[in-house]
Amino acid sequence: MVSTWLSATLYDIAARYDHDRHALLQMLRAVQAARSCVPEEAIQFFARHLNVPIVEVRGCVEFYSFLHATPRGQYDIYFSDSPTDRMAGSLVAAERLAARLGVEFGVPRPDGRVTLGLTSCTGHCEQAPAGLVNRRVFTRMTEDRVDRMADLIERGVPVEQWPEVWFHVENSIRVSGPTLETHVTPGDALRASLVRGLPQTLDEVEASGLQGRGGAGFPVGRKWRGAYETRGIHYITCNADEGEPGTFKDRILLAGYADELFEGMTIAGLIVGAEKGYLYMRGEYEYMLSGLQEVLASRREAGLLGEDVCGSGQNFDIIIHLGAGAYVCGEQSALLESLEGRRGIPRIRPPSAVKKGLFGQSTVNNNVESFVQAAQIALMGGAWFADLGEEKSRGTKLLSVAGDCTRPGIYELPLGVTVRELLERCGGSHAKAVQVGGAAGRTVGRAEFERHISYADLATGGSIMVFDERRDMVDLARQFAHFFAHESCGFCTPCRVGTQMLQHYADKLASCQGSRHDLAQIRSIGQMVKGYAHCGLGETAPNALLDTLERFPEEYEAHLLPEADFVPDFDLDAAVSEARALTGRDDRLHQLEHGKVEAES
Amino acid sequence: MTERNTFTLDGEEVPFEPGQSIMNAALAAGRYIPHLCHNPEFRPHGSCKLCTVKVNGWLGASCTTPATKGAKVESEIPEVQEGRRAIVQMLFIEGNHFCPFCVKSGDCRLQAIAYHLGMEGSHLPHRFPSRQLDASHPDVVLDRDRCIACNLCVRASREVDGKEVFGLTGRGVETSLAVNSPSGLLKDTNLEPGDRAMQVCPTGALMLKRHGYETPIGERRFDQQAIEAAWESDY
Ligand code: SF4
Ligand code: SF4
Ligand code: FES
Repeated sequence: MVSTWLSATLYDIAARYDHDRHALLQMLRAVQAARSCVPEEAIQFFARHLNVPIVEVRGCVEFYSFLHATPRGQYDIYFSDSPTDRMAGSLVAAERLAARLGVEFGVPRPDGRVTLGLTSCTGHCEQAPAGLVNRRVFTRMTEDRVDRMADLIERGVPVEQWPEVWFHVENSIRVSGPTLETHVTPGDALRASLVRGLPQTLDEVEASGLQGRGGAGFPVGRKWRGAYETRGIHYITCNADEGEPGTFKDRILLAGYADELFEGMTIAGLIVGAEKGYLYMRGEYEYMLSGLQEVLASRREAGLLGEDVCGSGQNFDIIIHLGAGAYVCGEQSALLESLEGRRGIPRIRPPSAVKKGLFGQSTVNNNVESFVQAAQIALMGGAWFADLGEEKSRGTKLLSVAGDCTRPGIYELPLGVTVRELLERCGGSHAKAVQVGGAAGRTVGRAEFERHISYADLATGGSIMVFDERRDMVDLARQFAHFFAHESCGFCTPCRVGTQMLQHYADKLASCQGSRHDLAQIRSIGQMVKGYAHCGLGETAPNALLDTLERFPEEYEAHLLPEADFVPDFDLDAAVSEARALTGRDDRLHQLEHGKVEAES
Repeated sequence: MTERNTFTLDGEEVPFEPGQSIMNAALAAGRYIPHLCHNPEFRPHGSCKLCTVKVNGWLGASCTTPATKGAKVESEIPEVQEGRRAIVQMLFIEGNHFCPFCVKSGDCRLQAIAYHLGMEGSHLPHRFPSRQLDASHPDVVLDRDRCIACNLCVRASREVDGKEVFGLTGRGVETSLAVNSPSGLLKDTNLEPGDRAMQVCPTGALMLKRHGYETPIGERRFDQQAIEAAWESDY
């Protein structure tokens, strides 16, 4: 039975979001925060209260990694699990903490005190090992700190009273360029746009050559023009989901350039005639939420948001939505689904979001960096931006560099910079491989360090990971295979099953149980998934495996079982283990393990 | 009189209405493109990817790709058939499909398509998932072992029966067909044996109780005719 106390709380949560069905994910997040789970009563309450099928509410809880049907405990800890975190010792620290607390990863301690788990990259790679405790970000988690953390947990000390320095997030800007140096006084770019004229400002954005900074590189001006020419209601959405492992440049912009970001969204809104914009920010960045809300409030106060923005006669306001742990929501149409309060399943294309996006209306969706740069372009003019970079990749790009280098951090460089130049700057001269573009990106070896980071060559949303001689490329590819198997949304067959298969073969190889046949399986499944998957996640999921296979064949060779062309996947012992358990039999498979059994008895 | 809208499917002309998908145009013209999550009666879902074709050199799901004038669509070419075979193999190893014991054998589209594509073995490690069976309803049984998450029952229930009995939940490989009732059980829904949702399952996941062997194995529709000839039988 639903307790009155609980249903009153749930009602309050629903009221906080105007009982809007589309805010379901926000409501579920609030319940999770308050109760450390989303109990069945809450699922049924929201289904009834918002008139949504129960399966949809339940589907959301099951879909998002930070929502749980059963309680996580008083302390809910996640260690960020990306290759660069591991290289900084995250796994060692996490395992040590688990041992201290006497817990297994992902399994709540029976006394309800704590749950410790791993989560996909939390976006603090240059100050790894990072993670989250009760939704607060911690960085540089050493073994020594872990010991003290275990003690604080056992003594029940609230997280607010833990050493502040554990939660310190550095800005780590190493090289700034025009984007990081051009601070727009709130309202200046808006006023410049209105004085110039909104259609003329659209011309400037087009002339700048700015391409989508999320990595796909679609011309921003062309997208805006498409929406401008479409009739009806419009929305602006900003993708601040930054889930690509190794990327943390939007974090820097959200922390220090929120005014530029909101100004860019507002200018886009005025140009295309939207009245509402949504910032979809990954749940991991929740600690920045209150700061961002303050910026929004002061912009409303200054007449830069709300009714009659800046005397334009148009209304525009911005709402912030938080994600709840799903990499796929960085995919534009999955992000829109999530904004509408559903599981993040990518939509069918066509139609494009510009034609039919959020709530079925024309939508301009851009990355954080794109909006920041658009605001600067609106102020400084298109040529200011177009003068930098390469012919087919204009302007500068924020790169977030982590891994085996002495100066990890943010580098703002003109597009077209070579991998080698970047390595020289960040102190990564011992690199044997660089991962450009995160898990979904490309792996390049030494022979290719003259290649360019640009839309025409190596495209990236910003993630650069550096690996030196000590690193095992087979293990690296295996980690990425696990990432995709975990993050696949499950909608389409090739990705849902294919990423599981790739994970299986990567595990087999990394544990030195593989044969040449398994390499061939990876190649053929990988190609098939790339060609047949529904969205960008699946299309890029096999990249790291295929790239490392091609560029580091000797490392794979070294992992193969000697003299085996084929190692069966089928393990009879494992296959019958459940039946054995059910029937209570524990006899060995005499026919197969004759010698061994006799030897033991 | 303007020229007719047509594209070519493996070299032969197929007419289409503006806005029609390649799949629906092909089916309307009596041409078979293998498909599992599609049924022209419902809105396309585009998830199984079995219907992938090459359109002007690019792979795309024919059930969600709009037909365009003069497009060159290739379907029964070795490259595409091989990809489709891999998809069917993936569906087989993802769930628990034991055709020799299955009440749907001979009537199952998944099985029939495997024959159509010349699939001889699974080629991939079986996952052997454990999934819940729902036999709570007096007339219906839901055997999730055989569910391929095609979403057809979901759409049929919503679009035709006006009921919303089903939905897909979970993420990734844990995606599963859920029942829309507080208990999560079929007995607590208003599903009836005559619902359209009960007629659309391509596999043996959603079955009527007590009707299993009315037609003996060996005499069922895909025992008699290959799917490329008999695909239309219950649309
Ligand atoms: S490719 Fe993967 S993430 Fe994209 S729709 Fe398919 S299953 Fe979902
Ligand atoms: S029960 Fe049948 S119709 Fe429904 S999703 Fe599963 S396979 Fe498709
Ligand atoms: S039939 Fe087209 S994707 Fe399933």
